[in-house]
Amino acid sequence: MTLPTAPMVPAVELTGLRVAFGKTQVVDGVDLRLERGQALALIGESGSGKSVTLRAILRLFPAGRSRIEGHIQAAGRDVLALDKRALSEFRGGDVSMIFQEPLLAFDPVYTVGQQIIEAIRRHETISQADARARALALLERVRIPSPERRLDNYPHEMSGGMRQRAMIALALSCRPQVLLADEPTTALDATVQIQVLLLLRELQRDLGLSIVIVTHDLGAAVEVADRIAVMYAGKIVETGTAREIVRDPHHPYTIGLLRSRAEGALAKGSRLETIPGSPPDLANRPPGCPFAPRCFLAGDRCHREMPPVAEVSPGHKVACWHTEDAAAAYRAGPTPLAVEMA
Amino acid sequence: MFLYILKRLVTVTPVAFGVSVVCFLLVHLAPGDPLSAVLPADATQATIDEMRAAYGFDKPLPVQYAIWLWHVLHGDLGVSIATGRPVAQEVGRAVVNSLILASVATLIGFTFGVFFGFVAGYRRNSILDRVASALSVFGVSVPHYWLGMVLVIVFSATLGWLPPTGAGPDGSGNWRPDFEHLRYIILPAITMAVIPMGIIARTVRALVADILSQDFVEALRAKGLSEWGVFKHVVRNAAPTALAIMGLQLGYLLGGSILIETVFAWPGTGFLLNAAIFQRDLPLLQGSILVLAMFFVALNLVVDVMQTALDPRIERA
Repeated sequence: MTLPTAPMVPAVELTGLRVAFGKTQVVDGVDLRLERGQALALIGESGSGKSVTLRAILRLFPAGRSRIEGHIQAAGRDVLALDKRALSEFRGGDVSMIFQEPLLAFDPVYTVGQQIIEAIRRHETISQADARARALALLERVRIPSPERRLDNYPHEMSGGMRQRAMIALALSCRPQVLLADEPTTALDATVQIQVLLLLRELQRDLGLSIVIVTHDLGAAVEVADRIAVMYAGKIVETGTAREIVRDPHHPYTIGLLRSRAEGALAKGSRLETIPGSPPDLANRPPGCPFAPRCFLAGDRCHREMPPVAEVSPGHKVACWHTEDAAAAYRAGPTPLAVEMA
Repeated sequence: MFLYILKRLVTVTPVAFGVSVVCFLLVHLAPGDPLSAVLPADATQATIDEMRAAYGFDKPLPVQYAIWLWHVLHGDLGVSIATGRPVAQEVGRAVVNSLILASVATLIGFTFGVFFGFVAGYRRNSILDRVASALSVFGVSVPHYWLGMVLVIVFSATLGWLPPTGAGPDGSGNWRPDFEHLRYIILPAITMAVIPMGIIARTVRALVADILSQDFVEALRAKGLSEWGVFKHVVRNAAPTALAIMGLQLGYLLGGSILIETVFAWPGTGFLLNAAIFQRDLPLLQGSILVLAMFFVALNLVVDVMQTALDPRIERA
């Protein structure tokens, strides 16, 4: 492979990514592309493989217990080809990560400042004082009030929102090109969630960061992401711009996710729509489309054959045999899924 | 921190007071007349009364206690009936010997325990883990007086490498850190180290496994730390608990080493206590129990303070 010219290389590119833990194929053939300076949201239910996909980009699984196949390119590196040393340079230096529960993601017995300084000095030869100054600037950058004092706080002495900001500061401390965010707002109060999302969006624009954000919250995804990829049972079932996904979904699962949001005023006495059933057992994957058993459009073919990925409009890809029926059903409004209305 | 230590010192005072009351009452709880050990069987009533007055047993209990406490606070634990030497002197020498033996044993136990614990915790369910776990179960469950005798049989009686009993070649009972005395401490120290080794290994294994399963370890890897860098965090997180266990074990060894000290005739507190019981030497018994109990109180205090210094969450929580 020749070195491609910089602007052409996507920030993250996954090709045929498969991750298995023992016999369980958790990620089953994911293709994903994130352009530089853009934000991509991976959404899906628990167990859909979205967090595993994210961790695969940093190869954060214990060796021996997992098997990764396919190709992962991130920040210009062939991730699966990195040796131990290059991998630890890559982690935090080129690509860094923020976590769902910032209280648990910080080491409880070191101050937040010590942990940021540790990351900086891991990647750069820099004096303790300079590293501290940079940590301070980072806390200011993520708008933590009285940063000087907060630097010497232990994680448990901060509020949830502040901890997540500190986590972001830590992740940005070595100027990575790509930021991976694993459910960054799930553990936060509703009012704090939006602040953190806005901060991420702002940092992405100002620093030219590329962001992959994993969430099960469509609202959060729309707030920060340029593009959205919907995952189900280890596969990406639909990708498109945030607008395409929300306004013009073509996959029955995406439609189900959109309909099961309690957004807007639910009329009194009406029921919240849900997707019936539960995700398939990944160790005993049924043949055909994994969503077929729960799908309101499923026909015989769906149960037999996995649908190919079809491009319904440029960049908007769907893996479904019934894309047009699904899109039509969504446009038609109230659905065959709405079983009972009081 | 200073304020915290001060606070802890204040809370320790009533505990120490309670301990002293119990120690004092022990003499009166023991069956039989405390004087019967001192007096000949055919003593006249006049002699008994005289001794009673001399020892202060004719006064009411609270007054006796006050007098006793007053003496204790001035470092006077009475006089040993058996040897006629001051109890404080006897106990003091024994405490030093016990402290030396217990420290060496704890050091050995801690070193091996932490090592096995880390290996087992890092390589859970591997063969190394099984071996380390088996060793620690052996350590916790083997009767140590039995182990002591086996070691004596193997290394002293059969191989003749190490002396079987005593603290030194001169038999004076004063241990010194030189080569000759070192040979005497090896067998009792190893025997004694086996229990803390087992306990510490098991605790550290669980501790390390728990720490490694926490989210922050993944986060440390995600920020690019090497396995060595992560290891340092694991050590730092495990340290408060491991040290606390070590402190408590040191305490147990100091007090609970009667069997080992007896097997090896090591002139420590356990040996002294044993002698005091069999010779019905009540002042000596009272004095050594008091000193040992106080030692436990002090040790707990030290462990608490150390933990607070190492784990920032304790003090402020």
